[in-house]
Order: sequence, then C-alpha cells, then structure tokens
Amino acid sequence: MTQTITIDPVTRLEGHGKITIQLNAEGEVADAHFHVTQVRGFEKFSEGRPFYEMPALTARICGICPVSHLLASAKACEAIMSVRIPHTAAQLRRMLNLAQMVQSHALSFFHLSSPDLLLGMESDPAQRHIFGVAAARPDLGRAGIALRRFGQHIIELLGTKRIHTGWVIPGGVAEPLSAAKRDEMLAMMPEAYANIGLALAAYKQIADKFQQEISVFANFPTNYLGLVNEDDSIEFTDGALRLIDTKGNLIEDGITAQRFPEVIGEAVEPYSYTKFVYYKPLGYPEGSYRVGPLARLNIVKKMGTPKADQELAEFKQIAAGPVESSFFYHHARLVEVMYGIEKIEQILADPLILDKHVRATAGVNRLDGAGQIEAPRGTLNHHYRVDDNGKITWANLVVATGHNNNAMNRGVLQAAKCYVRDGKFTEGALNRVEAVIRTFDPCLSCSTHAYGQMPLQMTLLSADGEVVDRLVR
Amino acid sequence: MTEAPFDVKTLEIDGRELSARRGQTILEVARENDINIPTLCNMEGLSNVGACRLCLVEIKGSNKLLPACVATVSEGMVVSTNTERLQKHRRNILELLFAERNHVCSVCVSNGHCELQSMAQDQGLTHVRMPYRNPHLPVDASHERFTVDHNRCILCTRCVRVCGEIEGAHVWDVMGRGIDSMVITDLHEDWGKSTCTRCGKCVQVCPTGALFDKSKIGSDHPKYPDFLPYLNLMREAR
Repeated sequence: MTQTITIDPVTRLEGHGKITIQLNAEGEVADAHFHVTQVRGFEKFSEGRPFYEMPALTARICGICPVSHLLASAKACEAIMSVRIPHTAAQLRRMLNLAQMVQSHALSFFHLSSPDLLLGMESDPAQRHIFGVAAARPDLGRAGIALRRFGQHIIELLGTKRIHTGWVIPGGVAEPLSAAKRDEMLAMMPEAYANIGLALAAYKQIADKFQQEISVFANFPTNYLGLVNEDDSIEFTDGALRLIDTKGNLIEDGITAQRFPEVIGEAVEPYSYTKFVYYKPLGYPEGSYRVGPLARLNIVKKMGTPKADQELAEFKQIAAGPVESSFFYHHARLVEVMYGIEKIEQILADPLILDKHVRATAGVNRLDGAGQIEAPRGTLNHHYRVDDNGKITWANLVVATGHNNNAMNRGVLQAAKCYVRDGKFTEGALNRVEAVIRTFDPCLSCSTHAYGQMPLQMTLLSADGEVVDRLVR
Repeated sequence: MTEAPFDVKTLEIDGRELSARRGQTILEVARENDINIPTLCNMEGLSNVGACRLCLVEIKGSNKLLPACVATVSEGMVVSTNTERLQKHRRNILELLFAERNHVCSVCVSNGHCELQSMAQDQGLTHVRMPYRNPHLPVDASHERFTVDHNRCILCTRCVRVCGEIEGAHVWDVMGRGIDSMVITDLHEDWGKSTCTRCGKCVQVCPTGALFDKSKIGSDHPKYPDFLPYLNLMREAR
C-alpha cells in the first residue's frame, strides 16, 4: 500500500505552501510535490487601471520585496512611454534595489535559515528561530538584525518609508537625494561591512558540517538564468538576461525584457498555483532552470567590487563548473550582500548622485511594454499591454519562485528520498525537507499573486490516496 | 432711499449666544464663530447643494435634521452641531460612502491628502459594517492631462459646480438617478473628446482621488482649492 506524507504548512517561508510525499507499497518515497496553495489575481484585477498606477499597485504583492515589483513595473511603464530615465534616477534606483537585496537576504539567511544552520536541523523546534539564534550567538543575531535594518533604512531614506514606498514612478523617481541623507547612508557603511564579515566567517565555519544536506538539497545539474552586464559582472537592475547550461556553457545571451516573452514560457501543473517557468526552445520540463543568488553567481565571471570579487573567487572553488547544490544559495546570498554594501558605497560616490534631474515624462508611445530586474530571489519580469489611453488591457508577471518551481519540486523529492525511511518521518527529517525550500527563499505570495494565513503543512498519503499522517505547525 | 439696516438674527449654537445676518446659513455662522461642522460637498466659493449630509444639525423643537450648509438662520433658533445622534449619523454616512464604490486608500493617488480619508479619521470611523458593493466602474484616462476614476467619486458635485459657476464651461454634470448616478463630461463623451478647457479647477476641488493629474501619479498629490475664494474676490473687485 502506498502512502503520502504531507507537510502543511511549511514554515519559515514567505507565503503559504504545502509539501506532499507519496510513498509506494514498500514504504519508499515515490514522488514529492511542493504545492503553493493560494491565488491572488493581481494580473486580472489590474486590468482597466491606468498603467502609471501599476508600480504602486503591484508593489502591494509583497511586504518583503515591494521594491522589486516597483522597479520591474516602472521599467515596463517606461517601455510603454518609450523613455530613458535620467542617469541619477537610474543610479538611485540601483541603490534602492541593492538595499532591498541586502535586507531581504539578511531576512532569509538570519531570520529564516540560520536557526537550522547554527542550532542544527535536529534542534528543539521550540527554540529554532531567530530568538534562539540570538540567545546562542548574540553577535550573529545582532548582525542579522542590523544588516536588515541597514537595507531597510536606506530604502526609507530614499523613499520616505520602508515598505511600499511610492518613490519609484514611471520615468524615474519622485525626489532627488539630499546631501544629508547621503551622508547618513555613508555613516552606516562600517557597521554593515563588519556584520557581513561576521556572517561570512560564521557560515564558512559551519558549512562543512552539512555535507549530507549539501549532497541532497536540490543537488543536481540545471540551467541557470540571471541578469549580467556586458562585462560579465553581476547586475540587479539593468543589463540583460543570460542563460547557461549545466556545464556553464552559454545557451542564450542578451535576453532583454521585450524579448523575454519570446523565449520564456510558463507551464501549469494541477497541484500548484505557481506556474513552472521554462526556456521555450528546450521545452518543458527540459528547459527548466534555476534563478536567484546561486544562479547569478554561477553565471557571472565577476562581481565588480573588490571584496565581493574575493568572495566570488572563493565561491567558485566549490565546484569546477556551476555550483549545483541549492544549499549554496545561503553562501551566494552572503556574497551578494557584500556586493550590495560595496556597490551602494560606490554609487554614493557618484558625483551626479545629488543631481536634481530625476524624472522623464511622456505619455503612451507604445501599446506593449515589459521590464525586468533581479529580485533577491531571482529574475522578475512584468509585461503589460495598454489601450490608447494607457489603461491596462493585459498584464503578466513572471516571478522568481516560478522560475525555481521545477527545481524546488525536484529538490523536495531528492531530500525526501534521503530522509523519509520506511514510511516514517521524524521532525528533523521533515525540517530538512522544508529547509530545501528555504534555500530558495521563495516568495509564495509573490508567485501566486497569497491570501490569508501563511505557513506550510506536510501530509503522508497512502497508495490509495488516504492520509496516513499529517504534520501541521 | 435709505438702505435698510442689516436684519440681525440672534440664535444659539452649541450653547453659545450668537448673532447673524439675515440669509446666512447655519454653517456660515458656525464657521465665523470657530464652531466646526464637518462637510464634504461644501466648498467656499461655490454654491451649496447639501449633497453629502455630513453637516446635518439638530434644531430644538424640530424632529428633522437640517443640513447646515443650506439651512438659513432664524430668530431664536437653538442649534446643536455635535450630539451623539449626529456623530452616529455622520459615521453611518461615511460608512455608506466607503461601501458604495471602491475606495482603496493604500494605492490611491490621494492617500494622505484625501478629504474623505481625513474625515473618516476625524469622525472616529474604525470599521465599515455594510457589505462593500464593489461595483465595476470605469476609469476615463482619455484626457491628455487628467484622469477620472469613478471608483473614488463620492458625487459631491464640486467638479460640476466649479466648472459651471467659476470656469463657465459646464462640461461636468451628473447623469442617472440614485445609486446609478455618475459625473459625466458633456453628454457622456470621453473627457479627452469633450469641450473641456483643460483649466484643471475640477481636479483641484475634488476631495478624493477621483479626479487627478496624470503627472502627479506616484508622488504626493495634494489639491490646492484655495484659489477659489481668491478668484471670486478678484472678480467682485473688477
């Protein structure tokens, strides 16, 4: 008789999801699925709204990375307006995006995943949270909270509020940066460097203890997609997309936001509200790939800032080709935080950063427009169509969690096969299956566009579909 | 012929003995004496229509509540402007306004500068108990400079009055009856194709985000209706 294990809800994620593990008659894992269980419908209800409302409207998808949606949306609007935004506005936006990447990565690493890494996968669940980390390693707990504050405070200084700022508008930004705010940001740099240094050192000390997890946490060859600059350095806000194969060879380069719909498709599976994104020429599921910190570091040849380049060189030592285990998303995230801090410091030194020309204006000059950026979790593309008056007639949002969906499902299966034995699961084993998902830091509320209460549950189903066991946190 | 002296009326508002000129409204007298009566459709410089009913007041000896913006004073009147009953009615009116169309402050261009929003805060409105109607209402973005989002319109008719009385264009008007009423431009033409003079007065007097300036989207969009009394004053002086 086959069985199914359900983890429902999955915890320490952003959004609401569920894992089911299907067992065969021998009690071995036959299949596993990661279900995203809510629908939101942003694409539908934004129809009829003026296009210039879209940045503020789609930013409400998420409280963690509203900046990602703001930027991708504003860029799609600028494609409709056919304008190029002023240099200073582009730099300020780049800084905003990096600040958000730093705060989101800090949240993912410290608040969501460091309890597993620092306290152990088998540690007491009642203590396995950021406060447990703060009790065991007060220095790291403080560093995590301070790094998140660093990012959030820069967002606040730029956009007057930390969450859902309305500062990014089609054509640029609403207000230029003041000298006082720039100086306040610069004063925050030394502490940020100290904190990310502490985090990287702590990660490198403990990573070796997780050899088994590294070997089964979505550890398989995939293609990788991410934004790069023309000089092969990492990019979050501009540039174009590059897709590489399992060996690191180029599949396609220079995928602009406008070309994105030509080459990227979305498949639907009955068990999840999140779509499965794939590269059209390779078909589904062969054309699946990974995005996010791991993908970005596998794609780029350099970061473009000194300290982050040193860290990248060390990261590249992990494997001869692309680094395959999703466990290394954690490592990649910390490297990116280092880059983010350095790059923000560089941007603040731009002599034009206080320039007052930060906005271009135009009406509807094209009826179709797309914009893409790298969100902390991976590539985000907004694509709109409008009527002659600029009202949205169709909208499509392809989010990072969709790109990673196939890899997450395969990763859950791989980990479940390792940790679920004889039709039984222990709490520590289940936590590891959840931890696979956490490495990707998916944003489920983004991906389905979630409603209501969030966390994840696990169910064990028999061969005839009966619920044998269920774990709800 | 000698001019008749002012016909002075004496009345009581909220326990204060006050004097007023004949023909003055209760609202005018209250404001002259720093007594606050909440209003939404009223605007200094425009005629009064008594549309929003927020300025309802109690008159001693009468069961009827009167809108202070159009009810004129009479000798010996005893007016109460802020009783528990009135507060309850005002909150009910505001709840009905919120339930009637789609007021989503978080993504509205007027968030933080909206008279409906600040009125709800002033009146202590914490919940809307009526079910929302969630009507499907259009957005007219055909005008080069401005947009009308009927989802946010409270039918105060300030736009209709400022366009007819001050600009003299009478592009705005109201069509339909009751809950189906809508403000329209010309004979329900697209705003962009109407006889609009593009003066923007309607946008400045609109209390919510129903009428807004396209170029202000995403940034702070305060309205500046202060031009109205000034404009009237200049015209009278001419």
